Amino acid sequence: MKISNLVLTALAATLMAGTAMADTAVKLGVLNDRSGIYADLAGEGSVIAAQMAVEDFKAAEKGITVEIISADHQNKPDVASTIARQWYDQEGVDVILDVPTSSAALAVNDVTREKNKVFINSGAASSDLTGSKCSPNTVHWTYDTWALANGTGSAMVQTGGKKWFFLTADYAFGHALERDTTAVVEAAGGEVVGSVRHPFPGTDFSSFLLQAQSSGAEVIGLANAGGDTINSIKQAAEFGITQGGQALAGLLVFLTDVHALGLQTAQGLVLTESFYWDLNDQTREWSKRFAEKGDGDMPTMVQAGVYAGVLHYLKAVEATGGKDPTAIMAKMKEMPTDDPLFGKGSVRVDGRKIHDMYLFKVKAPDQSKGAWDYYELVSTIPADKAFRPLADGGCELAK
Amino acid sequence: MSDRLQGTVMFELLGIPPQALFGQLLLGLINGSFYALLSLGLAVIFGLLNIINFAHGAQYMMGAFVAWMLLNYVGVSYWWALLLVPLVVGVFGVVIERLMISRLYHLDHLYGLLLTFGLALIIQGLFRNQYGISGLPYQIPSQLAGGQNLGFMFLPNYRGWVIFASLVVCLSTWFIIEKTRLGAYLRAATENPTLVGAFGINVPRLITLTYGFGVALAALAGVLAAPIYSVNPNMGADLIIVVFAVVVIGGMGSILGSIITGFGLGLVEGLTRVFYPEGSAVVIFVIMAIVLLIKPAGLFGRPA
Repeated sequence: MKISNLVLTALAATLMAGTAMADTAVKLGVLNDRSGIYADLAGEGSVIAAQMAVEDFKAAEKGITVEIISADHQNKPDVASTIARQWYDQEGVDVILDVPTSSAALAVNDVTREKNKVFINSGAASSDLTGSKCSPNTVHWTYDTWALANGTGSAMVQTGGKKWFFLTADYAFGHALERDTTAVVEAAGGEVVGSVRHPFPGTDFSSFLLQAQSSGAEVIGLANAGGDTINSIKQAAEFGITQGGQALAGLLVFLTDVHALGLQTAQGLVLTESFYWDLNDQTREWSKRFAEKGDGDMPTMVQAGVYAGVLHYLKAVEATGGKDPTAIMAKMKEMPTDDPLFGKGSVRVDGRKIHDMYLFKVKAPDQSKGAWDYYELVSTIPADKAFRPLADGGCELAK
Repeated sequence: MSDRLQGTVMFELLGIPPQALFGQLLLGLINGSFYALLSLGLAVIFGLLNIINFAHGAQYMMGAFVAWMLLNYVGVSYWWALLLVPLVVGVFGVVIERLMISRLYHLDHLYGLLLTFGLALIIQGLFRNQYGISGLPYQIPSQLAGGQNLGFMFLPNYRGWVIFASLVVCLSTWFIIEKTRLGAYLRAATENPTLVGAFGINVPRLITLTYGFGVALAALAGVLAAPIYSVNPNMGADLIIVVFAVVVIGGMGSILGSIITGFGLGLVEGLTRVFYPEGSAVVIFVIMAIVLLIKPAGLFGRPA
């Protein structure tokens, strides 16, 4: 009796130890802009999205303990890489998420590779993250400059906008977007008649718009973002650019930008995104929950990308039964992705997440049925056409 | 494409068709009117109170936001906002002056600068917390929608209105301070507050109202800016640095100096945007450096 008790106790102890070993504790760090121009489209919303992913995955029931921390990188690459180092070295962070602003993302990309951790980027645009600067430790989830250029650029050329003039933010991101869009426009038979590089950030764009107006271009491509795009569009409307027959192409426009512009000003704008809250029942249901948890704003594609990225990461943790970065990265690329926001997709060997992209047109005020009802779907760009072909990126992993 | 702007190009100036050049000059003048209006408020406050008002950008931003709030919460139109917003924000300025700034007059400039800088950060933070960073929409009033074809460019009616309003406000301010009895009291009160007080004039109240007036000017500029620039919590922070450069170039505290420099630098910036757009953000600071080297008191300032 005593002996059998002892055996039972020992057995129980072993079992408990067994479950304790199966338990995996992961720490996620959401690193983005929490006070500057990208705070609305990423910011706290991305943290909420990450938390929702953990809840929806029911991580606790599956023996995965998840802790989420966050920090403000102020859109500065030096701040971003300092925080990334501190998180990996001292705080025991396993994954860094989001990181808008291409220059900051490229910095975190380097640190993550050096420390052999996992970086799931959602907010940054530069296609170099899966091209010349690609890393075995990085997944680029939501969109990139190539996909934006491909979506909006070819759509505009197809509808007759052959001659382009660029208004470009004078820094890495703007240059990359102009480069990628120029390639798309020229490949589709269009031509670029001129461009002007404006200081970043800017307030008054009227002189640049006037140059664009007199250039003879049919399309004015806005290779800028955030407040610069908002001001450019607002002032283009004022100067009668669109009434004069020239079309505006917002190459990177987020839902929050349209919200800030108002439909009166933004109507008719064509843009490319990978997610919109009102796409289908699943996106609507998720977005409604998101809005309730936050301050009522609908999610942007960046925040949606953080959610989906965390979900896919946790699936890989469950599947590999641990959090070894090399095993996780292999699993994430091997396993197809499936989530309510982006549907089915995959992570390519160069780290590029592949899914459909959508071409939207901003509704006129009388078409909108209520708050946040802003986009009308023009066309779906299928996943195999939405992103730069693997061979063209120049990524070493693709060779 | 707008053929009307292509017109006949009879001669070119440094590779730029004259039509384009006139257009750019006019735009420069429009931007200059914002610089003038904002630097005027700063100059009034500095010239008469010796306070470097770093909260000026935040007060300009508040002007735009209060106009938005009046429209969206109360339904007050743009035209009433032009009148009401400077009053509301001006009263806010008066409260700030009474509660905080008035305690610093006997100290070095630096303390006033630090206090107002801190206030600016707090105000911006509060608005950012409440309204986010992307900004809010504000439409051009229907009476000023559309524009005129001037032959060399399409001038939106609203921009024309901005130049007009700014000129009227700037010149009347200059007139009040330099040419009227009230202005004479003000200038005397800053020269020698004790003596002016001895004549039975309430000097502290005069000073408070002056600060309120300077703040109201910033708020007015904010209302004027709301329909054309993005209404967001950082809109003032982006502009205030340039405006400070304008004040320094014009000469700290010089009323006429700040008006002329405001318009003049708007023109210079406009030209830079045509010939070397990448440099348009720094040209004002280059001029500032040169002016400081040659004439440290500024173009219109009196050496201390």
